[in-house]
Amino acid sequence: MLFDAVHNAGPTFFHLAPLAVFIPLLGATINFLFGRRLGERGVASVAVGAAAVAFVVSVLQWLSLQGHHEAVTVPIVEWLTIGDFQVAWAQRIDTLSVTMMLVVTGVGTLIHIYATAYMHYDVRYKNDPRRYARFFGFFNLFIAMMMILVTGDSYLTLFVGWEGVGLCSFLLIGFWYEYDILGNPSTANARAAKKAFVVNRVGDFGFLLAIFTLFWYFGTVEFEGVFAKVHEVAAQHPNVLLAVTLFLLLGVTGKSAQIPLFVWLPDAMAGPTPVSALIHAATMVTAGVYLITRSAELYLAVPQAQAAVALVGGLTALVAATMAVAQYDIKKVLAYSTISQLGFMVAAVGMGAFVAGMFHLVTHAFFKALLFLGSGSVIIALERAHHPLPDDPEAQAVAGHHGHDHAAHHGEHDAHHAPFDPQDMRNMGGLLRRIPVTSWTYIVGALALAGLPPLAGFWSKDEILLEAKHLQPVVYGLLTAAAFLTAFYVTRQLVMVFLGKPRTEAAAHAIESPRAMTGVLVTLAVLSALGGFLNAPGVHAFGHWLEASLPEIETLPFNLTVAGISTAVALFSMALAWSLYRRVRAWEAWQHDPLEKVLGPGLFDFLRQAWHWDDFYRAVFVQGYDALAAFLAHTVDWRFWHDWFHDTIVAGTYRRLSRFLARPVDLGIIDRIANELAGSVQGLALVLRGLQSGFVRTYALSVFVGVVLMLGYLWWVIVR
Amino acid sequence: MVPTSFYIFLAALLFTIGAVAVLFRRNTLVIYMAVELMLNAANLAFVAFARQFEALDGQLFVFFVMTVAAAEVAVGLALIVTIFRTKHSVDIDAMHELKG
Repeated sequence: MLFDAVHNAGPTFFHLAPLAVFIPLLGATINFLFGRRLGERGVASVAVGAAAVAFVVSVLQWLSLQGHHEAVTVPIVEWLTIGDFQVAWAQRIDTLSVTMMLVVTGVGTLIHIYATAYMHYDVRYKNDPRRYARFFGFFNLFIAMMMILVTGDSYLTLFVGWEGVGLCSFLLIGFWYEYDILGNPSTANARAAKKAFVVNRVGDFGFLLAIFTLFWYFGTVEFEGVFAKVHEVAAQHPNVLLAVTLFLLLGVTGKSAQIPLFVWLPDAMAGPTPVSALIHAATMVTAGVYLITRSAELYLAVPQAQAAVALVGGLTALVAATMAVAQYDIKKVLAYSTISQLGFMVAAVGMGAFVAGMFHLVTHAFFKALLFLGSGSVIIALERAHHPLPDDPEAQAVAGHHGHDHAAHHGEHDAHHAPFDPQDMRNMGGLLRRIPVTSWTYIVGALALAGLPPLAGFWSKDEILLEAKHLQPVVYGLLTAAAFLTAFYVTRQLVMVFLGKPRTEAAAHAIESPRAMTGVLVTLAVLSALGGFLNAPGVHAFGHWLEASLPEIETLPFNLTVAGISTAVALFSMALAWSLYRRVRAWEAWQHDPLEKVLGPGLFDFLRQAWHWDDFYRAVFVQGYDALAAFLAHTVDWRFWHDWFHDTIVAGTYRRLSRFLARPVDLGIIDRIANELAGSVQGLALVLRGLQSGFVRTYALSVFVGVVLMLGYLWWVIVR
Repeated sequence: MVPTSFYIFLAALLFTIGAVAVLFRRNTLVIYMAVELMLNAANLAFVAFARQFEALDGQLFVFFVMTVAAAEVAVGLALIVTIFRTKHSVDIDAMHELKG
């Protein structure tokens, strides 16, 4: 296999690229093997250090690419050789993969730092160093897998990373597989992890089919080889490219949570909040967007597939946004928001606006990570106030303030009411004054998500809308509607969480998070505020940077109408939400959601239940599958194989054979031989015993008789 | 001269008496005497045939038999004395066990 020689004027660090994979892998190994002995501080240092080294390596790649923007291939190892078909594990370092590396390791490192404090305050942690080490082992493993994904130079290598991050996602969603959020025994998290894994299998099946098709028609799975043959194959087999791109789209709908496979992402919020931030908002779920951008050459050759991708993205953006407006769980709102924003990205890359999609990926990584981490900070703030842990002096002090009341209230709570849910926004309110750093950074992130200028979300979303207006007017409509709903649910959330009066005891005594967490929040808030200028009109640094990796990019000029419309839509939507929700500020305890009155309880509940999408799947797929599984288990396996085949045929035959061997053969022949032998010996002994009576006269008689017989015989012989 | 058959007949009679006594009597001393009787019946037969064939072989054998009988008496009487000491009886049927 021939690799491009690493050649360049000036210092380059491409040969360091494998470290981005191996250092986090090493960190994970150290934490898995020795985490128990390292202690909390040691584990945290190893994990954060490994992620930070990966970030430094990524920055060095970025510096190395400054001189020339051509892709560089860094070979690691020969992987597969099957006849003429060869796949090497090599890293493709180009502007696109380095962008992903920077986002993953940069945001990843920040989230690692945040998690060191967050995991400590989790009520389920209970100072178990093994649990702490396991968490950070998984976290580092995830970074390593994500690096394999984004740097792989073939679809197969990418798939390895794709599955690896899926595994880490599964492990981390179900991290507290035995507890619910409050530390009560529950298997809900484990079930959520299983759901995510199974739903992703469906998408991965599509990805695999795409790889097989590429292998069959292109003879290679390496990006370069595949892209070089696109026109040749398109001319020979017109439908192959359509099939490949649609199979890839199925993979993307799984990993990036698009319609129809998005159902796993809201459940994935069962994982600890740093996991939601890192995996289910900033990095892993954007892998699908990366995949389509990477496959730009394929998609550009098939306009139907592009339209399909754009439509899927646009629909997802709108549908998920409608679901987000009716959620009460602070993380569920963000989850549906993430699905919706991923829809924006997928729509963008689908219609060919790769730069806009990747740009939104980057800014979204900043502000959605910020929002998730902020929500984690809110949750921990409430949890610490509600359940003061013995080793948490701050929480103890607050608990002391309202100690008696709280204890009485708490006891009553547990006895008669549903347990306190620190993620439910109805239990919040008025947090702005209690936890100002978390609140203000959250507000920055939320406004960036809503798309207010000049925050990061505005620029990237505007660019997508601009391209959509130009390329796919239908999708433009969908996305604008989604943007309207985005601003709405963002405002609703801000009012419910931060404004007004505290609606519970815990909210009233919420405790600001430690500096490790707030520092990260502030950093991300700055990035969310300023990140948009990377590719702001007139700058287009990001666009020029990506140009080297992407085919035929045309940048549309900034359009004041589009930007104006999107800003106006966002502002109008926020005003609408404000007019609905400003009454919430005065509430002492939760009453009916104002939106419920406007929409009617039926529609509100329909949105809250995510359009009953899960129920639909349950009825159509899961129940049938369960019935099939029950049939296979009870009838085929148990009754047929176990009861009938095993018991009757195998065991029955065996039993009959053993009975035959035991009775006629063993008892009848073998035992009988032994018994008869013994019996005859005994009989003989009985006879012989009579001879040796001990009476001398008897012996004398026998001697006499013997002599007579012998003499008689001799006489008879002689006479004859 | 008395024919040899008379001696043989007498020897056979004596032997038969001895054999029957050995088989039927229980007194060890009597059995012992009966054994002697049988030996002497044999001696009588030897002497009778020696006279008839005018050979000394038979007479010679008689001396051997008498010597053996004397030795036998020495051993046998010692045994009988010992038996009497252990069993307080000279009944031969009392000696039907190896244990003693």
